[in-house]
Amino acid sequence: MRCEPVVRIQALVKRYGTKTAVDGLDLVAREGVTAVLGPNGAGKTTTVETCEGYRKPDSGTVRVLGLDPVGQSAELRPRVGVMLQSGGVYSGARADEMLRHVAKLHAHPLDVDALIERLGLGGCGRTTYRRLSGGQQQRLALAMAVVGRPELVFLDEPTAGLDPQARRATWDLVRDLRADGVSIILTTHYMDEAEQLADDVAIIDAGRVIAQGTPEELCRGGAENTLRFTGRPALDVGSLLKALPADSTAVELTPGVYRVTGKVDPQLLATVTSWCAQHGVMPDRIAVERHTLEDVFLELTGKELRS
Amino acid sequence: MTTSGTYVPRPGAAPLSRMIAAQAALETKMLLRNGEQLLLTVVIPALLLVLFGSVDIVDTGEGEAVDFLAPGVLALAVMSTAFTGQAIATGFERRYGVLKRLAVSPLPRWGLMAAKTLSVLVTEVLQVVLLTVIAFAMGWSPHGNPFAVLLLLVLGTAAFSGLGLLMAGTLKAEATLAAANLVFLLLLVGGGVVVPLDKFPDAAQGVLGLLPIAALSDGLRDVLQHGAAMPWADLGILAVWAVLGLGAAAKFFRWE
Repeated sequence: MRCEPVVRIQALVKRYGTKTAVDGLDLVAREGVTAVLGPNGAGKTTTVETCEGYRKPDSGTVRVLGLDPVGQSAELRPRVGVMLQSGGVYSGARADEMLRHVAKLHAHPLDVDALIERLGLGGCGRTTYRRLSGGQQQRLALAMAVVGRPELVFLDEPTAGLDPQARRATWDLVRDLRADGVSIILTTHYMDEAEQLADDVAIIDAGRVIAQGTPEELCRGGAENTLRFTGRPALDVGSLLKALPADSTAVELTPGVYRVTGKVDPQLLATVTSWCAQHGVMPDRIAVERHTLEDVFLELTGKELRS
Repeated sequence: MTTSGTYVPRPGAAPLSRMIAAQAALETKMLLRNGEQLLLTVVIPALLLVLFGSVDIVDTGEGEAVDFLAPGVLALAVMSTAFTGQAIATGFERRYGVLKRLAVSPLPRWGLMAAKTLSVLVTEVLQVVLLTVIAFAMGWSPHGNPFAVLLLLVLGTAAFSGLGLLMAGTLKAEATLAAANLVFLLLLVGGGVVVPLDKFPDAAQGVLGLLPIAALSDGLRDVLQHGAAMPWADLGILAVWAVLGLGAAAKFFRWE
């Protein structure tokens, strides 16, 4: 692994008229898969499009593979693959025709037939782009992003609206790309996608990165995990609390529903069940709730991602 | 994890000439596949030539009607491809993000413009060949300096391309579609293509004569029908349109 980051953004500001889309954003993406998460209007697309050379920063610096995406675009473009959220293809072109064309613009493209096969685009036949299904159009856009054998790929919402099978095919391709040493920056609305694919996750809100780390780090770093159980109402929560480690909490959320937070590990689970045994309580239901990226996101931004 | 090594990065741009040739080939293919575009660039000019050449609809002055019509229809063919066709195609490419996607491909912008120009020229060659064959079959007897004809066609193409790209790069795709077809129709009638300009009132003639379509059809007619050496005035008008059109397109064209 080289230590130079694939993307380095420092104090990026981008305004559209009076609206500030990106507001002093710092982001370092290293080799591997970096997921950029954020609610609508957070500045994800503006940030990615600045990296792709579409937008010129109002201030701050952006370096992609060590290059300036606007000033050194000619040098950078062959090394980077871009998947747009939609469009990008002549409405009268067939899928294979367009993919072959993009391949011709590169010196050492992938085998087009193999890529078509791999992404299940073989059945498109003579159908022109405008008559392809949304999923087929999206897989074609993905194929166009990788066919030139780039070092770095930008994927904007690569699986939005795909059926589960096509989604898995896309994930498998992303994993194979990563295994072969291609770096990937992907924006997504899907938490599970980030959890499944990303080495590193950056959460963006209101034009800034508000948290960054591996999915595990982010899930640990937020609120603690919780254990929830149900029993008789009005148990003596104070006595339970005494049995628990010092940094834990225990509350009765609604009559008969109890929540314990803290370092939820096997020891804590044993403590809770033995306390129940001592007090003659049969917990009907007991569940350990692992903190997900979704929870972290909600806590950090106060927004539901998929709203 | 096992890996096949299929995707190991090996980036690089294809040689420029290969990129431009591939782009021009694709653009030409897209144009020839599009029914409406074919109607505009091939069917309408050919039909007008045959119809007006064989039926006495408009008084075309002395001599064979085809000698008057063929230069006008050649001018129309240039306009249909360089202006109308290019404006509509480019407008929709912009709308559907094709220009945006190509902007991040290894093909530089000027390479894309070169490919578009090449595609327009290839289409025009096909049109000129077809229309010339039809005109000869109708007894056309052209005169004049082929170099002057070539110069007129090239300057006309430059002028119409500038105006077409200006429209495509500033208006919405639907507006471009409507406006480009309307302008095509108006200039077909009022630009000396099949109706001689001297059928219009004197005041109108002065203005209409400055239109690029009028300059092109008049210049081609001067050379091909009357054997003029070099129609400087018409070439001058076309050159001014070309500079204004291409200059404005370069300044105002929006890629997204």
